[in-house]
Amino acid sequence: MYAFDYQRPAAIEAAVALLRAVDEPKVLAGGQTLLPTLKQRLAQPGTLVDLAGIPGLAAIERRGEGLLIGAMARHAQVAASPLVRSVIPALAELAGMIGDPAVRNRGTLGGSIANNDPTADYPAACLGLGASIVTTARTLPADDFFTGLFETALAEDELVVAVEFAAPARAGYAKFRNPASRYAMAGVFVAEGAEGFRVAVTGAGQGGVFRWTEAEAALAADFRPEALDNLSLDSADVMADLHGSADYRAHLVKVMAKRAVTVALR
Amino acid sequence: MAKISLTVNGKAVTAEVEPRTLLVQLLRETLNLTGTHVGCDTSQCGACVVHLDGAAVKSCTMLAVQADGASVTTIEGLAKGTQLHPMQEAFREHHGLQCGFCTPGMIMTAVDMVARLGSELDEATIRENLDGNLCRCTGYHNIVKAVEAGARAMGQPALAAE
Repeated sequence: MYAFDYQRPAAIEAAVALLRAVDEPKVLAGGQTLLPTLKQRLAQPGTLVDLAGIPGLAAIERRGEGLLIGAMARHAQVAASPLVRSVIPALAELAGMIGDPAVRNRGTLGGSIANNDPTADYPAACLGLGASIVTTARTLPADDFFTGLFETALAEDELVVAVEFAAPARAGYAKFRNPASRYAMAGVFVAEGAEGFRVAVTGAGQGGVFRWTEAEAALAADFRPEALDNLSLDSADVMADLHGSADYRAHLVKVMAKRAVTVALR
Repeated sequence: MAKISLTVNGKAVTAEVEPRTLLVQLLRETLNLTGTHVGCDTSQCGACVVHLDGAAVKSCTMLAVQADGASVTTIEGLAKGTQLHPMQEAFREHHGLQCGFCTPGMIMTAVDMVARLGSELDEATIRENLDGNLCRCTGYHNIVKAVEAGARAMGQPALAAE
Protein backbone atom coordinates (compact mmCIF):
# COMPACT_ATOMS: atom_id res chain seq x y z
CA MET A 1 0.00 0.00 0.00
CA TYR A 2 1.00 3.58 -0.55
CA ALA A 3 1.06 5.65 2.62
CA PHE A 4 -2.05 7.62 3.59
CA ASP A 5 -3.46 9.52 6.53
CA TYR A 6 -6.28 8.09 8.59
CA GLN A 7 -9.20 9.81 10.29
CA ARG A 8 -12.04 8.30 12.27
CA PRO A 9 -14.58 11.10 12.78
CA ALA A 10 -17.20 10.71 15.52
CA ALA A 11 -20.06 12.38 13.64
CA ILE A 12 -21.35 12.24 10.09
CA GLU A 13 -21.07 16.04 9.73
CA ALA A 14 -17.39 15.78 10.64
CA ALA A 15 -16.94 13.07 8.02
CA VAL A 16 -18.49 15.27 5.33
CA ALA A 17 -16.32 18.20 6.47
CA LEU A 18 -13.24 16.01 6.13
CA LEU A 19 -14.24 14.98 2.61
CA ARG A 20 -14.32 18.68 1.72
CA ALA A 21 -11.13 19.63 3.57
CA VAL A 22 -8.52 16.98 2.84
CA ASP A 23 -6.73 16.12 -0.39
CA GLU A 24 -7.74 12.92 -2.17
CA PRO A 25 -10.04 11.53 0.52
CA LYS A 26 -11.45 8.03 0.32
CA VAL A 27 -14.25 6.72 2.51
CA LEU A 28 -13.56 3.54 4.47
CA ALA A 29 -16.56 1.47 5.55
CA GLY A 30 -15.93 -2.27 5.93
CA GLY A 31 -12.85 -2.16 3.72
CA GLN A 32 -13.40 -5.57 2.12
CA THR A 33 -13.02 -4.10 -1.37
CA LEU A 34 -11.07 -0.94 -0.61
CA LEU A 35 -8.23 -2.56 1.33
CA PRO A 36 -7.49 -5.22 -1.33
CA THR A 37 -7.55 -2.38 -3.88
CA LEU A 38 -5.05 -0.37 -1.83
CA LYS A 39 -2.84 -3.41 -1.29
CA GLN A 40 -2.56 -3.82 -5.04
CA ARG A 41 -1.69 -0.13 -5.31
CA LEU A 42 -4.63 0.41 -7.63
CA ALA A 43 -5.55 3.55 -5.70
CA GLN A 44 -3.60 6.20 -3.81
CA PRO A 45 -5.86 8.13 -1.46
CA GLY A 46 -4.45 10.98 0.64
CA THR A 47 -6.67 10.30 3.64
CA LEU A 48 -8.94 7.43 4.57
CA VAL A 49 -12.08 8.66 6.34
CA ASP A 50 -13.27 5.72 8.45
CA LEU A 51 -16.98 5.77 9.23
CA ALA A 52 -16.70 3.16 12.00
CA GLY A 53 -16.60 5.75 14.77
CA ILE A 54 -19.95 7.33 13.93
CA PRO A 55 -22.66 6.09 16.31
CA GLY A 56 -25.98 4.85 14.96
CA LEU A 57 -24.90 4.20 11.39
CA ALA A 58 -25.35 0.44 11.71
CA ALA A 59 -28.92 0.49 13.01
CA ILE A 60 -31.62 -1.71 11.51
CA GLU A 61 -35.12 -0.43 12.23
CA ARG A 62 -38.70 -0.74 11.18
CA ARG A 63 -39.79 2.11 8.91
CA GLY A 64 -43.52 2.00 8.18
CA GLU A 65 -44.17 -1.40 6.61
CA GLY A 66 -40.56 -1.67 5.54
CA LEU A 67 -37.03 -1.31 6.88
CA LEU A 68 -34.41 1.35 7.32
CA ILE A 69 -30.93 -0.17 7.35
CA GLY A 70 -27.91 1.93 8.26
CA ALA A 71 -25.01 2.25 5.86
CA MET A 72 -22.56 0.61 8.27
CA ALA A 73 -24.75 -2.45 8.91
CA ARG A 74 -22.49 -5.46 8.29
CA HIS A 75 -23.64 -8.22 5.97
CA ALA A 76 -23.58 -10.75 8.84
CA GLN A 77 -25.75 -8.43 10.92
CA VAL A 78 -28.34 -8.07 8.15
CA ALA A 79 -28.28 -11.81 7.43
CA ALA A 80 -28.91 -12.68 11.08
CA SER A 81 -31.34 -9.86 11.94
CA PRO A 82 -34.70 -11.27 13.08
CA LEU A 83 -36.34 -8.05 11.85
CA VAL A 84 -34.92 -8.34 8.33
CA ARG A 85 -35.65 -12.06 8.24
CA SER A 86 -39.28 -11.45 9.08
CA VAL A 87 -39.94 -8.33 6.97
CA ILE A 88 -37.81 -9.03 3.85
CA PRO A 89 -36.40 -12.56 4.13
CA ALA A 90 -34.93 -12.42 0.62
CA LEU A 91 -32.77 -9.48 1.70
CA ALA A 92 -31.40 -11.38 4.70
CA GLU A 93 -30.69 -14.38 2.45
CA LEU A 94 -28.89 -12.19 -0.06
CA ALA A 95 -26.71 -10.68 2.67
CA GLY A 96 -25.86 -14.18 3.86
CA MET A 97 -24.63 -15.10 0.37
CA ILE A 98 -22.06 -12.30 0.09
CA GLY A 99 -18.41 -13.35 0.25
CA ASP A 100 -17.62 -15.68 3.14
CA PRO A 101 -18.36 -15.51 6.90
CA ALA A 102 -15.30 -13.40 7.77
CA VAL A 103 -15.94 -10.99 4.91
CA ARG A 104 -19.59 -10.72 5.99
CA ASN A 105 -18.42 -9.71 9.47
CA ARG A 106 -16.73 -6.63 7.99
CA GLY A 107 -18.44 -5.69 4.73
CA THR A 108 -21.25 -3.13 4.87
CA LEU A 109 -24.40 -2.26 2.95
CA GLY A 110 -23.30 1.33 2.35
CA GLY A 111 -19.84 0.30 1.21
CA SER A 112 -21.26 -2.20 -1.24
CA ILE A 113 -23.67 0.18 -2.92
CA ALA A 114 -21.31 3.17 -2.93
CA ASN A 115 -18.70 1.02 -4.67
CA ASN A 116 -21.30 -0.37 -7.12
CA ASP A 117 -19.18 -3.28 -8.27
CA PRO A 118 -20.92 -4.80 -11.31
CA THR A 119 -20.86 -8.20 -9.59
CA ALA A 120 -21.95 -7.07 -6.11
CA ASP A 121 -25.18 -8.44 -4.61
CA TYR A 122 -26.66 -5.48 -2.75
CA PRO A 123 -27.17 -3.27 -5.82
CA ALA A 124 -29.53 -5.97 -7.16
CA ALA A 125 -31.52 -5.93 -3.91
CA CYS A 126 -31.75 -2.14 -3.86
CA LEU A 127 -32.87 -1.94 -7.48
CA GLY A 128 -35.12 -5.00 -7.23
CA LEU A 129 -36.87 -3.70 -4.13
CA GLY A 130 -37.10 -0.16 -5.45
CA ALA A 131 -35.21 1.04 -2.40
CA SER A 132 -34.52 4.66 -1.50
CA ILE A 133 -30.93 5.63 -0.80
CA VAL A 134 -30.66 8.14 2.04
CA THR A 135 -27.51 10.24 1.82
CA THR A 136 -26.13 13.18 3.75
CA ALA A 137 -27.62 15.48 1.10
CA ARG A 138 -30.86 13.88 -0.15
CA THR A 139 -32.93 10.76 -0.63
CA LEU A 140 -32.95 9.26 -4.08
CA PRO A 141 -34.44 6.16 -5.69
CA ALA A 142 -32.12 3.24 -6.44
CA ASP A 143 -33.03 3.68 -10.14
CA ASP A 144 -31.22 7.03 -10.07
CA PHE A 145 -28.43 6.01 -7.68
CA PHE A 146 -26.62 3.35 -9.72
CA THR A 147 -25.31 5.14 -12.78
CA GLY A 148 -22.73 2.77 -14.27
CA LEU A 149 -19.75 0.53 -13.69
CA PHE A 150 -18.41 1.48 -10.22
CA GLU A 151 -20.35 4.74 -10.67
CA THR A 152 -23.11 6.19 -8.52
CA ALA A 153 -24.94 9.50 -8.23
CA LEU A 154 -22.98 10.31 -5.04
CA ALA A 155 -21.14 13.63 -5.07
CA GLU A 156 -17.55 13.81 -3.80
CA ASP A 157 -18.72 15.12 -0.42
CA GLU A 158 -21.83 12.93 -0.08
CA LEU A 159 -22.16 9.80 2.04
CA VAL A 160 -24.72 7.03 2.12
CA VAL A 161 -26.43 7.18 5.52
CA ALA A 162 -29.01 4.41 5.17
CA VAL A 163 -31.19 2.52 2.72
CA GLU A 164 -34.95 2.44 3.05
CA PHE A 165 -36.61 -0.73 1.78
CA ALA A 166 -40.36 -1.10 1.31
CA ALA A 167 -41.56 -4.59 2.22
CA PRO A 168 -42.44 -6.54 -0.93
CA ALA A 169 -45.39 -8.91 -1.18
CA ARG A 170 -42.81 -11.51 -2.18
CA ALA A 171 -39.21 -11.53 -3.31
CA GLY A 172 -36.37 -13.89 -4.09
CA TYR A 173 -32.71 -13.81 -5.04
CA ALA A 174 -30.62 -16.38 -6.84
CA LYS A 175 -27.06 -16.17 -8.03
CA PHE A 176 -24.56 -18.26 -9.87
CA ARG A 177 -21.14 -17.78 -8.31
CA ASN A 178 -17.89 -17.69 -10.14
CA PRO A 179 -16.38 -20.90 -8.73
CA ALA A 180 -13.06 -19.21 -7.90
CA SER A 181 -13.83 -15.64 -6.88
CA ARG A 182 -17.34 -16.44 -5.54
CA TYR A 183 -18.62 -13.19 -7.02
CA ALA A 184 -21.89 -13.36 -8.96
CA MET A 185 -21.55 -14.28 -12.63
CA ALA A 186 -25.25 -13.67 -12.69
CA GLY A 187 -27.45 -12.69 -9.77
CA VAL A 188 -31.13 -11.89 -10.13
CA PHE A 189 -33.41 -10.30 -7.56
CA VAL A 190 -37.14 -10.50 -8.30
CA ALA A 191 -39.81 -8.76 -6.26
CA GLU A 192 -43.47 -7.97 -6.30
CA GLY A 193 -43.72 -4.60 -4.63
CA ALA A 194 -46.44 -2.03 -4.12
CA GLU A 195 -45.50 -0.40 -7.42
CA GLY A 196 -45.27 -3.58 -9.46
CA PHE A 197 -42.84 -6.29 -10.42
CA ARG A 198 -39.11 -5.79 -10.61
CA VAL A 199 -36.31 -7.95 -11.92
CA ALA A 200 -32.84 -6.61 -11.12
CA VAL A 201 -29.72 -8.25 -12.54
CA THR A 202 -26.17 -8.07 -11.21
CA GLY A 203 -22.96 -9.72 -12.39
CA ALA A 204 -23.91 -9.60 -16.02
CA GLY A 205 -24.38 -6.02 -17.21
CA GLN A 206 -21.57 -4.14 -18.94
CA GLY A 207 -22.90 -1.02 -17.24
CA GLY A 208 -23.45 -2.65 -13.85
CA VAL A 209 -26.76 -3.59 -12.25
CA PHE A 210 -29.84 -3.22 -14.48
CA ARG A 211 -33.55 -4.03 -14.68
CA TRP A 212 -34.76 -6.69 -17.12
CA THR A 213 -38.01 -5.03 -18.09
CA GLU A 214 -39.25 -7.79 -20.45
CA ALA A 215 -39.05 -10.25 -17.56
CA GLU A 216 -40.88 -7.79 -15.31
CA ALA A 217 -43.76 -7.60 -17.79
CA ALA A 218 -43.88 -11.37 -18.15
CA LEU A 219 -43.95 -11.89 -14.38
CA ALA A 220 -46.61 -9.21 -13.93
CA ALA A 221 -48.82 -11.30 -16.20
CA ASP A 222 -47.90 -14.63 -14.66
CA PHE A 223 -45.67 -14.89 -11.57
CA ARG A 224 -44.25 -18.33 -12.21
CA PRO A 225 -40.80 -19.47 -13.43
CA GLU A 226 -42.41 -20.81 -16.62
CA ALA A 227 -43.49 -17.28 -17.53
CA LEU A 228 -39.86 -16.60 -18.50
CA ASP A 229 -39.46 -19.67 -20.71
CA ASN A 230 -40.00 -17.85 -23.98
CA LEU A 231 -37.89 -14.83 -23.09
CA SER A 232 -34.23 -14.34 -23.78
CA LEU A 233 -32.11 -11.48 -22.54
CA ASP A 234 -30.44 -9.52 -25.35
CA SER A 235 -26.72 -10.23 -24.89
CA ALA A 236 -25.56 -7.03 -26.62
CA ASP A 237 -25.00 -5.27 -23.27
CA VAL A 238 -23.95 -8.34 -21.30
CA MET A 239 -20.43 -8.76 -19.94
CA ALA A 240 -18.06 -11.22 -21.56
CA ASP A 241 -14.75 -12.34 -20.04
CA LEU A 242 -12.66 -15.46 -19.63
CA HIS A 243 -15.28 -16.91 -17.29
CA GLY A 244 -18.12 -16.77 -19.77
CA SER A 245 -19.31 -15.28 -23.06
CA ALA A 246 -22.11 -12.75 -23.24
CA ASP A 247 -24.51 -15.37 -24.58
CA TYR A 248 -23.64 -17.74 -21.75
CA ARG A 249 -24.18 -15.05 -19.13
CA ALA A 250 -27.45 -13.94 -20.75
CA HIS A 251 -28.66 -17.51 -20.49
CA LEU A 252 -27.49 -17.69 -16.86
CA VAL A 253 -29.54 -14.57 -16.09
CA LYS A 254 -32.67 -16.30 -17.30
CA VAL A 255 -31.92 -19.44 -15.29
CA MET A 256 -31.22 -17.39 -12.16
CA ALA A 257 -34.37 -15.31 -12.72
CA LYS A 258 -36.46 -18.47 -12.83
CA ARG A 259 -34.78 -19.77 -9.65
CA ALA A 260 -35.37 -16.42 -7.93
CA VAL A 261 -39.08 -16.63 -8.81
CA THR A 262 -39.15 -20.14 -7.35
CA VAL A 263 -37.58 -18.77 -4.15
CA ALA A 264 -40.13 -15.94 -4.06
CA LEU A 265 -43.00 -18.40 -4.37
CA ARG A 266 -41.89 -20.52 -1.40
CA MET B 1 2.10 7.45 12.83
CA ALA B 2 -0.96 6.69 14.85
CA LYS B 3 -1.08 5.55 18.45
CA ILE B 4 -3.50 2.71 19.06
CA SER B 5 -4.62 0.78 22.12
CA LEU B 6 -6.28 -2.58 21.93
CA THR B 7 -6.60 -5.82 23.81
CA VAL B 8 -4.85 -8.85 22.32
CA ASN B 9 -5.50 -12.24 23.88
CA GLY B 10 -6.65 -10.53 27.06
CA LYS B 11 -3.63 -8.25 27.41
CA ALA B 12 -3.69 -4.49 26.91
CA VAL B 13 -1.43 -3.44 24.05
CA THR B 14 -0.44 -0.01 22.79
CA ALA B 15 1.49 0.55 19.59
CA GLU B 16 2.61 3.28 17.20
CA VAL B 17 1.70 2.25 13.70
CA GLU B 18 1.60 3.72 10.24
CA PRO B 19 -2.05 3.97 9.12
CA ARG B 20 -1.31 1.53 6.30
CA THR B 21 -0.14 -1.19 8.71
CA LEU B 22 -2.37 -4.23 8.44
CA LEU B 23 -3.73 -5.85 11.58
CA VAL B 24 -1.88 -9.06 10.67
CA GLN B 25 1.39 -7.12 10.40
CA LEU B 26 0.86 -5.66 13.86
CA LEU B 27 0.15 -9.12 15.26
CA ARG B 28 3.03 -10.91 13.57
CA GLU B 29 5.75 -8.31 13.24
CA THR B 30 5.22 -6.04 16.24
CA LEU B 31 3.65 -8.41 18.76
CA ASN B 32 5.48 -11.53 17.52
CA LEU B 33 2.24 -13.50 17.45
CA THR B 34 3.22 -15.53 14.41
CA GLY B 35 0.51 -18.15 14.76
CA THR B 36 -1.70 -16.02 12.53
CA HIS B 37 -0.55 -16.72 8.99
CA VAL B 38 -0.55 -14.82 5.72
CA GLY B 39 -1.38 -17.17 2.89
CA CYS B 40 -2.85 -15.40 -0.12
CA ASP B 41 -2.81 -11.80 1.10
CA THR B 42 -5.94 -11.26 -1.04
CA SER B 43 -8.77 -12.09 1.44
CA GLN B 44 -9.37 -15.49 -0.10
CA CYS B 45 -7.57 -18.13 1.96
CA GLY B 46 -8.46 -17.39 5.57
CA ALA B 47 -5.08 -18.34 7.08
CA CYS B 48 -5.11 -14.92 8.77
CA VAL B 49 -8.50 -15.23 10.49
CA VAL B 50 -8.61 -13.80 14.02
CA HIS B 51 -11.49 -12.72 16.23
CA LEU B 52 -12.27 -9.03 16.49
CA ASP B 53 -14.65 -8.35 19.38
CA GLY B 54 -15.68 -11.99 19.07
CA ALA B 55 -16.29 -12.13 15.32
CA ALA B 56 -14.04 -13.82 12.75
CA VAL B 57 -12.28 -11.38 10.44
CA LYS B 58 -9.48 -11.62 7.91
CA SER B 59 -6.63 -9.75 9.56
CA CYS B 60 -4.92 -9.21 6.18
CA THR B 61 -7.95 -7.19 5.09
CA MET B 62 -8.09 -4.85 8.02
CA LEU B 63 -5.89 -1.99 9.15
CA ALA B 64 -4.36 -2.04 12.60
CA VAL B 65 -5.82 1.43 13.21
CA GLN B 66 -9.30 0.01 12.62
CA ALA B 67 -8.74 -2.28 15.60
CA ASP B 68 -8.05 0.66 17.92
CA GLY B 69 -10.16 0.09 21.04
CA ALA B 70 -11.10 -3.44 20.03
CA SER B 71 -10.41 -6.83 21.55
CA VAL B 72 -8.52 -9.28 19.33
CA THR B 73 -8.10 -13.00 19.89
CA THR B 74 -5.54 -14.96 17.90
CA ILE B 75 -4.81 -18.68 17.79
CA GLU B 76 -2.33 -18.11 20.64
CA GLY B 77 -5.20 -16.94 22.82
CA LEU B 78 -7.25 -20.14 22.67
CA ALA B 79 -5.31 -22.63 24.80
CA LYS B 80 -5.28 -22.34 28.57
CA GLY B 81 -1.63 -22.90 29.40
CA THR B 82 -0.78 -26.38 28.19
CA GLN B 83 -4.42 -27.39 27.85
CA LEU B 84 -5.52 -27.07 24.25
CA HIS B 85 -8.87 -25.52 23.35
CA PRO B 86 -11.42 -28.24 22.50
CA MET B 87 -11.32 -27.22 18.84
CA GLN B 88 -7.52 -27.48 18.77
CA GLU B 89 -7.74 -30.85 20.48
CA ALA B 90 -10.28 -32.02 17.89
CA PHE B 91 -8.01 -31.01 14.99
CA ARG B 92 -5.21 -33.08 16.57
CA GLU B 93 -7.45 -36.02 17.34
CA HIS B 94 -9.04 -36.15 13.87
CA HIS B 95 -5.89 -35.32 11.95
CA GLY B 96 -7.49 -32.16 10.57
CA LEU B 97 -4.23 -30.90 9.13
CA GLN B 98 -1.23 -31.95 7.10
CA CYS B 99 1.23 -29.10 6.57
CA GLY B 100 -0.60 -27.00 9.17
CA PHE B 101 -0.38 -23.67 7.39
CA CYS B 102 -4.13 -23.11 7.15
CA THR B 103 -4.83 -24.57 10.59
CA PRO B 104 -4.82 -21.41 12.75
CA GLY B 105 -7.36 -19.79 10.43
CA MET B 106 -9.41 -22.96 10.22
CA ILE B 107 -9.62 -23.21 14.00
CA MET B 108 -10.48 -19.53 14.50
CA THR B 109 -13.19 -19.84 11.84
CA ALA B 110 -14.49 -23.04 13.45
CA VAL B 111 -14.71 -21.45 16.91
CA ASP B 112 -16.58 -18.49 15.39
CA MET B 113 -18.91 -20.94 13.65
CA VAL B 114 -19.83 -22.53 16.99
CA ALA B 115 -20.39 -19.10 18.51
CA ARG B 116 -22.80 -18.20 15.72
CA LEU B 117 -24.50 -21.50 14.98
CA GLY B 118 -24.19 -23.63 18.09
CA SER B 119 -22.37 -26.84 18.88
CA GLU B 120 -24.40 -29.26 16.76
CA LEU B 121 -23.13 -28.64 13.26
CA ASP B 122 -23.89 -30.88 10.29
CA GLU B 123 -21.47 -31.50 7.47
CA ALA B 124 -23.21 -29.21 4.97
CA THR B 125 -23.23 -26.30 7.42
CA ILE B 126 -19.56 -26.82 8.24
CA ARG B 127 -18.52 -26.97 4.59
CA GLU B 128 -20.58 -23.89 3.73
CA ASN B 129 -19.06 -21.94 6.59
CA LEU B 130 -15.52 -22.95 5.63
CA ASP B 131 -16.13 -21.10 2.36
CA GLY B 132 -13.49 -18.52 3.23
CA ASN B 133 -10.77 -20.92 4.37
CA LEU B 134 -8.61 -22.78 1.88
CA CYS B 135 -6.60 -25.93 2.58
CA ARG B 136 -4.38 -27.29 -0.16
CA CYS B 137 -3.41 -30.54 1.59
CA THR B 138 -6.23 -32.38 3.22
CA GLY B 139 -9.16 -32.30 0.83
CA TYR B 140 -11.10 -30.93 3.84
CA HIS B 141 -12.50 -34.30 4.88
CA ASN B 142 -10.74 -34.51 8.24
CA ILE B 143 -11.11 -30.79 8.82
CA VAL B 144 -14.88 -31.18 8.60
CA LYS B 145 -14.75 -34.13 10.99
CA ALA B 146 -12.57 -32.13 13.39
CA VAL B 147 -14.90 -29.13 13.34
CA GLU B 148 -17.90 -31.33 14.00
CA ALA B 149 -16.19 -33.03 16.95
CA GLY B 150 -14.66 -29.81 18.26
CA ALA B 151 -18.02 -28.07 18.15
CA ARG B 152 -19.63 -30.86 20.10
CA ALA B 153 -16.82 -30.79 22.68
CA MET B 154 -17.26 -27.03 23.06
CA GLY B 155 -20.93 -27.63 23.80
CA GLN B 156 -20.25 -30.01 26.67
CA PRO B 157 -21.20 -28.40 29.98
CA ALA B 158 -17.94 -29.27 31.78
CA LEU B 159 -15.92 -27.39 29.18
CA ALA B 160 -18.44 -24.62 28.65
CA ALA B 161 -18.31 -23.84 32.36
CA GLU B 162 -14.58 -23.18 32.29
